[in-house]
Order: sequence, then structure tokens, then C-alpha cells
Amino acid sequence: MIVRWLVASLFFVGLVAAWHLAVKARIWSPLLLPSPLSVFDYLRAAAQDGTLWEATWVTVRRLLVGYGLGIFIGLPLGLLTSSFRWSQDTIGILALGLQTLPSVCWVPLALLWFGQTEAAMLFVVVMGTVWSLIIATDHGVRTIPPIYTRAARSMGSTGLHTWTHVVLPAALPHLLSGMKQGWAFAWRSLMAAEIFVTILTGFGLGHLLHYGRELNAMDQVIGVMFVIVVIGLVVDKTLFAPIERFLHLRWGTSRS
Amino acid sequence: MTKLVLEHVSKWFRTSSLHVHALDDVTLRIAEGEFVCLVGPSGCGKSTLLNIIAGLERADRGIVQTDGQPIREPGPHRLVMFQEAALFPWLTVLGNVLFGLKLIDGMTAAERQQKAEYFLELVGLKRFMHSNIHELSGGMKQRVALARALAPNPSVLLMDEPFGALDALTREQLYGDIQRIWSHHRKTIVFVTHNVREAVCLGDRVILFSPHPGRIREEFAIPLHRPRDINSVELARYATEIMRVLKGYVESEVAG
Repeated sequence: MIVRWLVASLFFVGLVAAWHLAVKARIWSPLLLPSPLSVFDYLRAAAQDGTLWEATWVTVRRLLVGYGLGIFIGLPLGLLTSSFRWSQDTIGILALGLQTLPSVCWVPLALLWFGQTEAAMLFVVVMGTVWSLIIATDHGVRTIPPIYTRAARSMGSTGLHTWTHVVLPAALPHLLSGMKQGWAFAWRSLMAAEIFVTILTGFGLGHLLHYGRELNAMDQVIGVMFVIVVIGLVVDKTLFAPIERFLHLRWGTSRS
Repeated sequence: MTKLVLEHVSKWFRTSSLHVHALDDVTLRIAEGEFVCLVGPSGCGKSTLLNIIAGLERADRGIVQTDGQPIREPGPHRLVMFQEAALFPWLTVLGNVLFGLKLIDGMTAAERQQKAEYFLELVGLKRFMHSNIHELSGGMKQRVALARALAPNPSVLLMDEPFGALDALTREQLYGDIQRIWSHHRKTIVFVTHNVREAVCLGDRVILFSPHPGRIREEFAIPLHRPRDINSVELARYATEIMRVLKGYVESEVAG
């Protein structure tokens, strides 16, 4: 464990050091490549005057609400398409098609329908999440060994009990990968939307990044990118890692 | 007392490319506490018959009754043990045994726990009760499956080639276990196998099936003392006789 920490920290310290040396060598103008220190200074200042926290909160809230809604809609629809031919031929095909559409393509439509509001942002995030979740759920349920449901039925499990106690847990490995993919899509679509358009009801990380570019403040751009990466890592470690640990423990798949 | 009654039971399977006559006019009576083995080559409908008794499938024609009541659906009085253990990987050993118990009304959590532990003790796996399924060997998995099937106290135990995938040594141990448990708890057991020796070792009666369509050909009473040893000469004599008859049917089928 200590060795792993050591390797990881050495790697990242080395990365920052290389960056620092590249700035010192003055190959590129400091306007294009700011030093790690100036990025750090920006982050400290933005944290002190509150803009960074504010923007982070706005973005994370949009993301969590939209993602939650996406799961709330996508999971039942995926169960539906996996169990009925008619829904597979309708919703299933729709999901398959729309999953291939980059969710940023929804942004113009969302702006026309909802204006420059939270609703537009949520719409884009939900559209980014819901289709891949439907497909992952559908696929997960279809690949469950039929013997599980037979065994459960023979013990007297029926209807809703079978769904919640057998089908969903049995499909968990697929559900998790669907949720992770949905999360990545949600993140990407929201950032694209925030960089593209100013939303009057809240100033998110994407806007902060956008204004950094407008003002030629590369320290701000890189600082915000850094925050986005950290949020992604934190969510992965807090939201998905516990489920993954559970999967590895129970199913006995190898741990990396 | 007659526990299970099957009269003139027939079953067909239709798929787009195939029309299979799985069972043809099967009539069978099984007494309470009797251990009956259904033997025959694959495709003779013995597993289908077991599923019909379990209530997992319906007969197209004929009468299927337990305790004078028609069988329409699965019930906790007739539990199935499958060839693959069909244990749920998302639950621990204990969780698997508790699954069926939780579907029974009117038991307290403490009673369920106590019952599950009792049956795990009975199959010799109590100290593995917090283990994950993937940590068990094939034989241990089938022992857990046996405990899971016994725990809800079914009056009929339906076993579908439960030891088919195990090595010979483990199988022999389980023959001992199953005879011991049967003599203590006096369940009615219907045991499906294609292993004639296994059938002679376990059954009071051996029912011989032939395929295409699946029908009962002959019945053999096995009046040997218990517990029986699968390697005994007496047992082998019965097995040889049944095997000879079985070969006759298979050869006449190939010739005809």
C-alpha cells in the first residue's frame, strides 16, 4: 500500500517538475504555458474570493441532479426493453440510435426549448446519461443466466421480488459499467454546454474556463481543467469504487 | 400415502424450427418419503418431468397433483436443486440459504438465522457461512445448494442431476450425505440422473425412460440395505441389469 502511494506521488511530482522545467526553459511564451505556480496562485485566489467554490457547486449540482434523473429514467426503461418484445422494438431501437449521437448535439435544441436556464443544462445531461444506461441495463438483464431466475421462482419468488432481489443484483456488473459510461457522457455533455453558452441562472466551471480563454488567462484555463479532473477522480473513488470493491469481493473477479 | 400423482402427462415443445414430443403419456405415483430416481439418456424428458412437478413448466395434457392438489406454480413445498449449483454470487453462503427462508411468512429474523445455520451445519459448511460463493469448490457449492433447498422445509425435494459436474470422490461423499439426510428428514425425493449406478445407489425405485418421445419403459425396485456403497458388488449387479435393458431401448431406437 505504502509503495503504491509512493509510486503515485513520485509520478505526479515528477510530472509537475517536468512542467516547471519546460516553463523555465522558455520554449513557449508564458502566455501559452503558464507555470505550475501561477496556476496554483490562480486556484488559491479563486478559492479565496469564492468564485471557484461557487462554480464548482453549480456544475456538480447540475451533474448530480441530471445524472440522478438519467438513472431514474434509464434503469426502468432498460428493464422494460429487456422484458418485452414491443418495448425492445421501440424504446430499444431509439436508445441504440440516440446513444451514438454525441450529447452536445442536444445543446442547440435545449436552448431553443428551455432558454438559457437550468432546465436546458439538465436536459443535456439527462440526454447524455439515459440512453447508455438503458442499453447497459437491457444488456445486463439479458445476459443473466436463466438458472438464477428459475432457482428463485422455485423458492417462491415472483414479480417485483424477483426483479429487485435477483435480476438487478445479478445484472450489477453490467449496470455498473453502464453507470460509469453514463457518468462520463454526462460530464462531457455538461462541459460542452457550459463552454458553449452562458446560462443566466448559474455560473459553472465550464464558464470559468470559457472566460479564462476570453481573457487570455491560461492559468485560469489550466486551473479549471485541473479542478474538473479532480472532481472526476473523487466521484470515481467515492461513487463507483465501493460498488466495484463489492463486485470483486463477491464475484471473485481479479483486483487490479 | 401418495405424495405425487402424474397421470397421462404429455408435453410438446415447439420452436420455429423444431417440434419435440418431450413426454408421452407418463403415469407415475410417488409415495410420501420415497426416494425415486428417474434415469435415461439425454432427451428422454426426465428433466422436463421434474420441472413440471416443480411447477416451473406446465404439462400440455394429463394430471399432475401433490397431496391431491393440482400443481400450477412453484411452491416452497417442492424445491429444486439444479445441476449447476445456481447459487447467487451477490450473496454470501449464509445469504443464499436465507433467500428461500425470507420468502416464508411468519418467521422472525432470529428463527431464519437459526434455521440457516442448522442446515449449513448439517451439510458440514457452517464455518464457511460468511464466505463468498466463488471461494467454494464444486462439491461445497452443491452442499450449499442442498442446504438452501432443505432450509424452507419442503416435503418434496427435486434434484436435477445435482452431482453431474462433480469429480467421483466428491460425488461419493455426497451420496453418503444425501442418504444420511434423507433417512433423518424423510423427504420425498425425485432424483434425475443419467448415471445408472448413482440411481441404484440412491433410489428405492429406479424409473427407466427412453427418448423420442420421452416415456417410461420400465421400473426397478431396489431393495438393498442403506446406507449403500456405490462400489458394492450387489449394487453393481442391479446397475448392470438396468444398463442392459437401457441399451436395448437405445439400440432399438437407432435400428428403427
